[in-house]
Amino acid sequence: MTATVAGDTRVSVGSGTPVALRVRDLTVALGGRRVLDGVRLEATEGELVGLVGPNGAGKTTLLRAVLGLVPSSGRIGIAGQDVSQDRARTRRARATRSIGYVPQRHEFAWDFPVTVEEAVLTGRVARIGWLRGARAEDYRQVRRALDRVEMTHLRRRPVGELSGGQRQRVLVARALALDPRILLLDEPFTGLDVPTQEHLTTLFRELASEDRAVVMTNHDLVGAVHASDRLFLLNRTVVASGTPAELGGPEPWMRAFGVSAGSPLLAAIGRVAEGRSGNGSAGAVDDGRDGGERA
Amino acid sequence: MISPVDFVGDLLNPDLAFLPRALLMAVLCSVVCGVVGTHVVLRGMAFIGDAVAHAVFPGLAVAFVLQGSLVLGGAVAGIATALLVALFAQNRRLREDSVIGVFFVAAFALGIVIISTAPGYAGSLQDFLFGSIVGIPDENVTIAVVVGLVLMTVLFAFHKELVAVSLDRESARALGLPVTRLDLLLYVVVAAAIVISVQTIGNVLVLALLVTPAAAARLLTDRLGPMMLLGPVIGGGSALVGLYLSWSLDLPVGGTIVLVATAVFLLAWLFAPRHGVVTRAAVRRADTSKRPPVRGRVPSGL
Repeated sequence: MTATVAGDTRVSVGSGTPVALRVRDLTVALGGRRVLDGVRLEATEGELVGLVGPNGAGKTTLLRAVLGLVPSSGRIGIAGQDVSQDRARTRRARATRSIGYVPQRHEFAWDFPVTVEEAVLTGRVARIGWLRGARAEDYRQVRRALDRVEMTHLRRRPVGELSGGQRQRVLVARALALDPRILLLDEPFTGLDVPTQEHLTTLFRELASEDRAVVMTNHDLVGAVHASDRLFLLNRTVVASGTPAELGGPEPWMRAFGVSAGSPLLAAIGRVAEGRSGNGSAGAVDDGRDGGERA
Repeated sequence: MISPVDFVGDLLNPDLAFLPRALLMAVLCSVVCGVVGTHVVLRGMAFIGDAVAHAVFPGLAVAFVLQGSLVLGGAVAGIATALLVALFAQNRRLREDSVIGVFFVAAFALGIVIISTAPGYAGSLQDFLFGSIVGIPDENVTIAVVVGLVLMTVLFAFHKELVAVSLDRESARALGLPVTRLDLLLYVVVAAAIVISVQTIGNVLVLALLVTPAAAARLLTDRLGPMMLLGPVIGGGSALVGLYLSWSLDLPVGGTIVLVATAVFLLAWLFAPRHGVVTRAAVRRADTSKRPPVRGRVPSGL
């Protein structure tokens, strides 16, 4: 087994590709409790990284710490620059330039009376600046982002009338409106049906292949194993990391999720204890046939 | 009941100078509250608006007892409470509505205790609570006009930031927007809109100016721009009609304006173009009469 265990000094998969995001010894304490402890993580450009772990493992907190939304200790490198010494303001500004953040869908007020286009434009609010209106360049970037997620035909639709998959695309387009090198996606598949998940996975893979580092949290293991180039198994710290093939055995999964060897969870992703085959993608693809995205 | 023509005559009668002033104030406050109320409704801040409205009261009471400026007193009390609520709401152990519940009732109680020390307070108490059209001094009209213009300018200037925060606080923060300060700005704007409106409409009813026209506008449109135009139009129209009815039928002005606005809201709820209750029922009926009554999927061969 070649699973990389936490504390190891592995740097990047494809040597030569630049590391877009590098996290070392990241520790976050919220309300006196250590939510994250000594996390190390990196994502290179062109790579789709899956961040998996059980509920409460700290996946969202890790993303928020990278964005500078919660105080943390340790080192965070964004696009080659160490930002952990920066003051909160500077750090957020720097993160804003390089990172596109796609929060969980319930963070967004979908009943707000705005169109798809207007919602995506809010991704550029800080770039446009105080006391200014959007200019031609801003609309061009919005258009480009909408094209990228294939939502241009719905750009005048009120956001409240969109399906779940379409909503997820709007949030991705809003993050893409600043053309970031790094994309952080928080649980993009929650509450979506399998065909919709498939379509979004295709989109995320394409976004990664355009020299972006895409980091995606996911509590759905099947989807994550299926989609990711590299996986980080998180449970308050990184329990193991590696490509899906490298994480072929059940042990790191059992540790990260706190389940026994006989757990159906392991069977679902083909990580079955000794004696049976550990084929990486067995059972991962069970897609529905008619591909329409529905709410 | 007097006719609208007589109403116009009364408005132009120099002996009834308070009447055009009351009309100006009622329409102005309704328009300002209609715009501010758009944010209140879309953010679900109605309870905060209620809190600020009540919190203004001790400031008015102190100003009344000391013969000072009612607008200034109300502004200080309202904004102080708004800031206290915003600060205490950062504490995660208490939900914001509990914090608001504590502070606004306390402020209201304080106001009642203060005003009871003034001689002959019952009449003035009624004016404060339910509004009065005769008692508005000229200087307050000037202040209301200036404050109203400032509020409109502020909302216009920070529109895209306020919308971004309302849509998604977490992402707004990630984008580097000062979310807490923008919240405070909006609270202060709400407090100021309430302070200039309290004298016309009364402390208890001012919330209706903030919520009802904007809520009716939301039912009528799915676009923010039209909503921010419709809100003040509905508010201003209700104020005009309400004042006319109040004058001609000798009804309390605040209550009449609120009832007119409520009637508009109910009409919007029933007959709004896309989401009205009656409209939707009509659309459903038209749909079912056109389509064959087959449930589920039609086989692909058909």
